[in-house]
Amino acid sequence: MPQLLDIEPRLPQAQNKEPGASKFCPGCGHGMILKTLAFAIDELNLHERTVFGCDIGCSLLSWNYMSLDSVQTHHGRTTPVIYGVVRARPDTVGIAYMGDGGGLAIGAQHLVNATVRNEKMLAILVNNTNYGMTGGQMAPTTLPGQITETTPYGRDIEVTGKPARGAEMVAAIADPEKAFVERASVSNLRKLRTTLKKALTNVAEGRGFSFVEILSVCPLNWRTNNVKTWERLEEMESYFEVKNFLTPKELEGVK
Amino acid sequence: MVKKLITEDTKLFMTGNEVIAYAAVAAGAEFMYGYPITPQNEIMHTWCKLLPKTEAGFLQTEDEISAGFSTLGGILAGKKAFTATAGPGNVIMQDAMSMAEMMRIPFVCAVMQRGGPSTATVIYAQQETTLTCFGGNGEGYRIVYSTAGHQDLYDYTIKAFNTAWKYKFPTFVLADGYQGKMREPFTAYDPASRGINMIPATPFLRAPGTAGVDRNPVHMRNTFNMEEELMEVLDSYEEEFQRIAPELEEYEEYKAEDADILIIAHGIVARSARTAIDELREKGIKAGLFRPITLRPLAVEPLRKAVKRSKQLLFTESANGQMARMVLEKIYGLTTPYETLYKMGVGVTGDDLVQKVQSMNGAVAYK
Repeated sequence: MPQLLDIEPRLPQAQNKEPGASKFCPGCGHGMILKTLAFAIDELNLHERTVFGCDIGCSLLSWNYMSLDSVQTHHGRTTPVIYGVVRARPDTVGIAYMGDGGGLAIGAQHLVNATVRNEKMLAILVNNTNYGMTGGQMAPTTLPGQITETTPYGRDIEVTGKPARGAEMVAAIADPEKAFVERASVSNLRKLRTTLKKALTNVAEGRGFSFVEILSVCPLNWRTNNVKTWERLEEMESYFEVKNFLTPKELEGVK
Repeated sequence: MVKKLITEDTKLFMTGNEVIAYAAVAAGAEFMYGYPITPQNEIMHTWCKLLPKTEAGFLQTEDEISAGFSTLGGILAGKKAFTATAGPGNVIMQDAMSMAEMMRIPFVCAVMQRGGPSTATVIYAQQETTLTCFGGNGEGYRIVYSTAGHQDLYDYTIKAFNTAWKYKFPTFVLADGYQGKMREPFTAYDPASRGINMIPATPFLRAPGTAGVDRNPVHMRNTFNMEEELMEVLDSYEEEFQRIAPELEEYEEYKAEDADILIIAHGIVARSARTAIDELREKGIKAGLFRPITLRPLAVEPLRKAVKRSKQLLFTESANGQMARMVLEKIYGLTTPYETLYKMGVGVTGDDLVQKVQSMNGAVAYK
């Protein structure tokens, strides 16, 4: 009889088996998101055409996570590297994978302009309401009152403003007929897979910009156990509305 | 493949910025990413005007940061891509240039220097010499050609693409606003007519086949876990940079063989030096020129020989000794005395140099 630990996990083809166990912290959302993304790429049979770019921050650990041609860039600069690739080879399905800091702070100008220019690429922004890699500082998405290393007494929105709503911002400036914009959450990976499939299809069909913000968890920097982590995610979902903002009509059939 | 514009030798009269665009086309450049900044704008103006004929690509990005990084993306996708910048644009593009240095991406960039620091002037300087050679948080594994006129701009822009793709170090054509904006005649040619074979671009990402199925996936990184891991990589770059240096080093000497006073200048200032040297020779003063063409790597042995046989040196630049610092390090141990004529962000004229040299001790007239 096979022992449980001898059974190979079922991994998507687009995920790289070589690195072995996830390099992310225990309980981190990145591993779940990347695996879901890999399954979506498999399902759409986009493996051959896909290029994966990862930002600096926790996202950088994904540099060899996928069985895809991948490039690690600089903090905030994944979006321009990927649209540079796609402009040069337009049949590429380019994915820029970044955190909330990379997308909404240091790389915000690239996200804004890639959206406005309708760059035919997918930007995935993982929102865990803090800078994980550097030790848990305030991010643009940090919730009001949330304790981080740079808001040790809680985020005061009078001083630092309200949390940035990335998907709403992108939706406001994107081409409503060509862009796909959605906010998803790691609380529902089945739904996330559908979201990513729509986002990838929009790019693969050469229609336009796709943006998926994914609410994720960071138990290590949040200093939360499993129960508190889930509660925090629910709190995030009540602040950042999980919904579709824009879907080109051609994508309505994608399940 | 882009379409050729120049198939036979053609004498042209245009600005240096235009020359760079024509040379990039001749070199087979397929894509330009760029952001406006004076005094390099006409490079992309010309590139864009030529697009219907060349069938190349262009993207105007949101800033120099993204111009640099999207150029890297285009190169990774297997296109001969390039960009151009100047001044504060060169400062913020260092972010992308350092990634090219670390990941050995054949990045090509024309730098048309303007005054600095800060916004300063949009006109001219040689103050981006240190920045272009050693910018970024690294060691300066870059190849830098300093041009002194329009034939140079044409020749070295073509050469920059081959150097970048052969050695995979970021390569720069370092010029300035004077060269960019002035017109002078030059001969445009098809590189093949000079026996120059352009190295074809090959993709870093999206090589044929499916990653992980037909071949291993390419995983490019610039982040290392351990200090030693980084040092191992950089030691190999250092070894390679030193090994290829003799193949890359270029310099020009003008009446330097018997010179008592050796003027050391690069770029357009070397042109003024030539004028001055002719005038000084007529006055019986044996002046000569050593002009480094590659600032990275410097032609150290010829430089040391020229310095050793002269009685006095004159460093002159439109900067406060940026080139001189690089040269002085390489002539350590030699005792030839030197003087300087530095004009920060201002052109050095032949007259300036004639007057300066005449005031120097080594300037003994033999007539």
